[in-house]
Amino acid sequence: MVEPTGNILQVRNLSVEFKARKRVIKALRDVSLDVPTGKIVGVVGESGCGKSTLILAIMRLLAPNAAITGGEVHFGGRDLLKVPEADMQSLRGTDISMIFQDPLTSLNPVVSIGRQLIDVQYRDRSSLDSKRQRAIQALSQVGIPDPAARMDAYPHEFSGGMRQRIAIAMTIIEEPRLLIADEPTTALDATLEVQIIHELKELQRRYQCSILFVSHHLGVVADLCDYVIVMYAGEVVEQGSVRDLFHDVRHPYTEKLMECDPARIVRSTERSFPTIPGDLPDLVDLPSGCIFGARCHRALQQCAAEAPDTRTVAPGHAVACHLY
Amino acid sequence: MILYMVKRTALGIVIIMLAVTLLYLMIHAVPGDPATVMLGPRATPELIAAMEQRMGLDKPLPMQIVSFFGRVLSGDLGVDVFAERPVAETIVGVLPYTLVLVAAGMSWALLLGVPLGVYSATHPDSWMDKAAGVSSVAFIAMPPFVVGLYALLLFAVTLGWFPVIGGGQEKGWIGQLHHLVLPAFAVGLGWVGYLARLVRASMLEVLAENHVRHARAHGLPHNVILYRYVLRIAILPAVTIIGIGIGAMLSGVVFAEIIFARPGLGKLIFVAVQQRNFPLIMGTVLVTTTLFVIATTLSDILNALLDPRIRSRL
Ligand SMILES: Nc1ncnc2c1ncn2[C@@H]1O[C@H](COP(=O)(O)OP(=O)(O)OP(=O)(O)O)[C@@H](O)[C@H]1O
Ligand SMILES: [Mg+2]
Repeated sequence: MVEPTGNILQVRNLSVEFKARKRVIKALRDVSLDVPTGKIVGVVGESGCGKSTLILAIMRLLAPNAAITGGEVHFGGRDLLKVPEADMQSLRGTDISMIFQDPLTSLNPVVSIGRQLIDVQYRDRSSLDSKRQRAIQALSQVGIPDPAARMDAYPHEFSGGMRQRIAIAMTIIEEPRLLIADEPTTALDATLEVQIIHELKELQRRYQCSILFVSHHLGVVADLCDYVIVMYAGEVVEQGSVRDLFHDVRHPYTEKLMECDPARIVRSTERSFPTIPGDLPDLVDLPSGCIFGARCHRALQQCAAEAPDTRTVAPGHAVACHLY
Repeated sequence: MILYMVKRTALGIVIIMLAVTLLYLMIHAVPGDPATVMLGPRATPELIAAMEQRMGLDKPLPMQIVSFFGRVLSGDLGVDVFAERPVAETIVGVLPYTLVLVAAGMSWALLLGVPLGVYSATHPDSWMDKAAGVSSVAFIAMPPFVVGLYALLLFAVTLGWFPVIGGGQEKGWIGQLHHLVLPAFAVGLGWVGYLARLVRASMLEVLAENHVRHARAHGLPHNVILYRYVLRIAILPAVTIIGIGIGAMLSGVVFAEIIFARPGLGKLIFVAVQQRNFPLIMGTVLVTTTLFVIATTLSDILNALLDPRIRSRL
């Protein structure tokens, strides 16, 4: 993308399929993106466009009915899709860490939060007591009041926002080089969202980690990220710096997304998805031509016949559209 | 947790008291008053009146129930008029045989069924899973008395590996253990299948929950996730069912006790019903009910120990 060197994560032509009731859902097709070291990259797109599928494929945590049918995921000089599961496991929670969408179901309900924060340090050879101190420190860092006393509490004794902070505390303990966050604020209300975003910024500033941040709130992405990837129906349609995307929009889909989004996100606490007329295409029986063709307000004749290539319209700004 | 245990125990006691009251009322609602039944057809009205007075039947019903409680609490379950010895003594004599049988039957079912269920859930659709599935259903479908009879014929009569009948009353504990093997096998076999199926299903369900993926995303080792994070939740339904199962087994082992001619509670109930030996029926039902409530109370407490969410309920 921008820096040819110094990308902590490089995804190339990643394709993922799900098998469900004899049908093959082509959830991701030829997705390529880079996460520059020390930067925050946002992934945006409507619900169902494959954001979670993308990051679960990177983490190799896809559901059993999924298959990665092609592509490469370069991290730390290796293709993560080729490393043995044991190596992958040792990367998770050390080099790469993750925050999930739904804080209410992410933590184990029968293990105390203290125990869970200690368990993620299992590779650490230090004493139980120092692990405990580390956990308490991380909890206080994310603003859990009286953390030492709450160590023995269970997830159901915390609110959703608190639980998401606990999940962030886990990643703080792990000090990963790359943090992947899958809509960490979608389940929370607006004030909590602001706080969580603040925690993530803090985390990035303090530990210099890179973040791949999935969201469908463009406002949040504009606030937090350096680069943006726009996905539609399993493909990347546009990518560039936040400046490029917000001041020099190219793809008609991104345009629509912007129209639906920023003002509303900033001003209201309402949590509706951006709505664009029309529906997502069928991922089982893909339309020929441009994937967005059927819903596009600027479609040309060739759009129905031929899928557009990805073109670089400005340094670091790429778009897959016949208009350019 | 302590609070939960106290509350749950109190609830158990209330249930037992309700059950005892109900039992007392039921016995006394049976046609033909107990005094007449006890004295037989040649009873004179005077004798009946004297008997009723002795049994406290001339007092108002609530008083009767209260004094019944008093007697039960002091360990007096009445007198077995047939054998002419205290009911409590008869029951205490056979109770250990049943308790040991139930414990042995449930233990081996647990030790085999739970690992089988865990294996099936972690290797779904493998041939072992399929084999375990088919045999589990077969084990569940086979009535315990059929299992008992065939086990008896094969291992005791034909092969001679185990004693044919009795509980080994006159032998030492090794002999008693030897006598225990076949009956415990018979009463536990269905439970092996049942627990394997139950644990498999609930484990698969828990494995699909979000927190498992979360734990994996943080690189936790497979075994920690499986045994510390997942099994602890997946075992909960099994714990509940085992509590109920132990309660039901206390009288359900009657087949094994009859087939293997073992002394025991189930057999005692069977004989008491045959003889219409009311004090004995009453005593045995009282004991099985109490043990049932104790078993379910303990399983609830164990559930609460495993799952903090349960503690905050009740
Ligand atoms: N396990 C699965 N089996 C079958 N189809 C799946 C599975 N997981 C996801 N999909 C499908 O893949 C597509 C992409 O789903 P994904 O969850 O990645 O979307 P998303 O962009 O994360 O949406 P959201 O914003 O709602 O989280 C959807 O059409 C979804 O129905
Ligand atoms: Mg998602």
